[in-house]
Amino acid sequence: MTGRRLLDKLWESHEILRREDGTSLLWVDRHLVHEGSHHAFAKIAERGVPVAEPGLTFGVADHYAPTRGAPATDAIARMIAMLAANTDKHGITCFGLDDPRQGIVHVIGPEQGLTLPGLLINCGDSHTSTHGAFGALAFGIGATEVAHVLATQTVWQKKPKAMRIDVTGRLGPGVGAKDLALAWIAKLGADGARGHAIEYTGPAVRSLSMEGRMTLCNLSIEGGARFGMIAPDETTFAYVKDRPFAPGGDDWDRAVDLWSALPSDADAAFDTEVTIDASEIAPIVTWGTTPEDALPVTATIPDPARMQGSAAERARNALDYMGLTPGRKLTEIVVDQVFIGSCTNARIEDLRAAAVVLVGRRAKVPGIVSPGSQQVKAQAEAEGLDRIFIEAGLEWVGSGCSMCVAMNGDQVEPGKRCASTTNRNFRGRQGRDARTHLMSPAMVAAAAVTGHLTDVRELLKEREVA
Amino acid sequence: MSGWHTHTGLAVALDRENVDTDQLIPARFMSTPRSAGYGEFLLYDLRNDVYGNPISDFPLNAVPNASILISRRNFGSGSSREAAVYALVDYGIRVVIAPSFGDIFASNSVNNGLLPARVSEAEVDAAIANLADGAKEVTVDLTDKTIRLGNTTIEFTLDDVWQQKLINGWDDIDLTQNHKQAIAAFRAQHAQAMPWAVQVQQTNFRSAGRDTVSQKHRP
Repeated sequence: MTGRRLLDKLWESHEILRREDGTSLLWVDRHLVHEGSHHAFAKIAERGVPVAEPGLTFGVADHYAPTRGAPATDAIARMIAMLAANTDKHGITCFGLDDPRQGIVHVIGPEQGLTLPGLLINCGDSHTSTHGAFGALAFGIGATEVAHVLATQTVWQKKPKAMRIDVTGRLGPGVGAKDLALAWIAKLGADGARGHAIEYTGPAVRSLSMEGRMTLCNLSIEGGARFGMIAPDETTFAYVKDRPFAPGGDDWDRAVDLWSALPSDADAAFDTEVTIDASEIAPIVTWGTTPEDALPVTATIPDPARMQGSAAERARNALDYMGLTPGRKLTEIVVDQVFIGSCTNARIEDLRAAAVVLVGRRAKVPGIVSPGSQQVKAQAEAEGLDRIFIEAGLEWVGSGCSMCVAMNGDQVEPGKRCASTTNRNFRGRQGRDARTHLMSPAMVAAAAVTGHLTDVRELLKEREVA
Repeated sequence: MSGWHTHTGLAVALDRENVDTDQLIPARFMSTPRSAGYGEFLLYDLRNDVYGNPISDFPLNAVPNASILISRRNFGSGSSREAAVYALVDYGIRVVIAPSFGDIFASNSVNNGLLPARVSEAEVDAAIANLADGAKEVTVDLTDKTIRLGNTTIEFTLDDVWQQKLINGWDDIDLTQNHKQAIAAFRAQHAQAMPWAVQVQQTNFRSAGRDTVSQKHRP
């Protein structure tokens, strides 16, 4: 018998029963809700059923949270008020706008210690895979499923296939988790991991901080995987210890013992295996309208004339939407603005990486920096990072999903081009006809300094010389 | 949700890959209550110009009563917003045919009676070619997993569980109520094995601004 994988161990420890057709009923340890969960609350209200486990459900205002002043419109204010009313009605703890624990759901879960190794975590948001960075079984669900979890604290799910992405070697200077994620998505495609749970392994993954691991797992869905996970280790335990909702005392020791047994067994087999050499990865930017349209910043804009069939057609459409000329250098792409934020890249380490590039420099284009949570904001201010951003000419704003999902009024105007630390360069994602280039926080900072897409390694080199 | 066995309706081609959920429904419409209907938001920025006027040659505008959509790989990729499915269903779409679907979109579809029918790339090519001169009537049979377009019949792939769910119109919350005892037993055992998982307690009441883990680094 072959060994058990992290996925198997997590699945088995949450499986209440399995139907003959292979679907499992799984127990949900943590259910995170946000303003968008209003459909689900409406569904349970319609049926007249209560929330099964209010103590295991946590709410946070993020998708519509204003980053500057009051909500932009009445409709937006209503969304935030509706979350407060729904959580209040059911006795659910909610981190509202005026709570110092407020922030983006995938930032505050780990920050508060609600996210722990070995747990099953659901949220009505596709980037819930972020929490898999702790060795948790975390996946995004739709509104019908959110209603089901609210009503029963369980979720029906068929076990996905298991993929291992093994990252050998080490990432070079100026290259981080975002580049690693975009590299594998470019290699496998935006649906390359469809139907799979990904486990990231290898020395380059082990050497990532928890922030980096969260960025990597966060982007799993952009390659089609509903689940991304990394086995817990000392880095994980050190992050979790003493977090507000983490276990303490004897429970802590017991938990660490249990969590230490989670990593996949050495002889475990995976349905799909992928290997990536970290040392070959350069800083990456996207040029098109899906995250698979990603290339090293040193490359040129692809030429549809050199592609075949539907790929050529798609590239032509993407370049047309993006207003780009084939064959030109990616570094010649001039940007109108920058955005640093989102559940992908708005943690303290992300802000530090951007600040390293920006310190003592001026941005040539406007932009906003939205920390991932109020705690990240306070930490950044304690370190003086806010001054660096402000002195560079960028706006230092409040915390929320902001310009990543463009629901709160923060958006990119039609035809404008934004270098962004977010997760989706889809058509219209940051606003109608907005043009998004995804990249790491350091790369966005570099684009801010020069006004065009730039290899951040050059700016970092200047730093060393100086 | 009511179940169904067969559906016959006009099919229209949306000849694009990666029709993501942000395109299916732009985020700005999502604060609308479901009762108001989501149909008009479907593919809004593709169907309408910047002034909100319909683009006449966009497939769904040319055939407004279509109920079957044929598209390319990775349909419904992106966010978990079930609103993307509401937009399709409220518009009147019953079946989407494509070579692959976003995982979350596909399960959201089945939860709303919308069939995500998977066929091969070649079959999509042929179907789109067949629809080049206009929409055609197509019959989809859930029972034997077939699609009939003119005189060709193709088989589609669909998880057996989802097939049963669509046919029977099952509601998961009702189904789960039958397992109340198993759930209670599991909860008790889980609370023994991992007390911190079931009894969430705030053990540490520090307020803001702590980060002991990432190295203290000031640029």
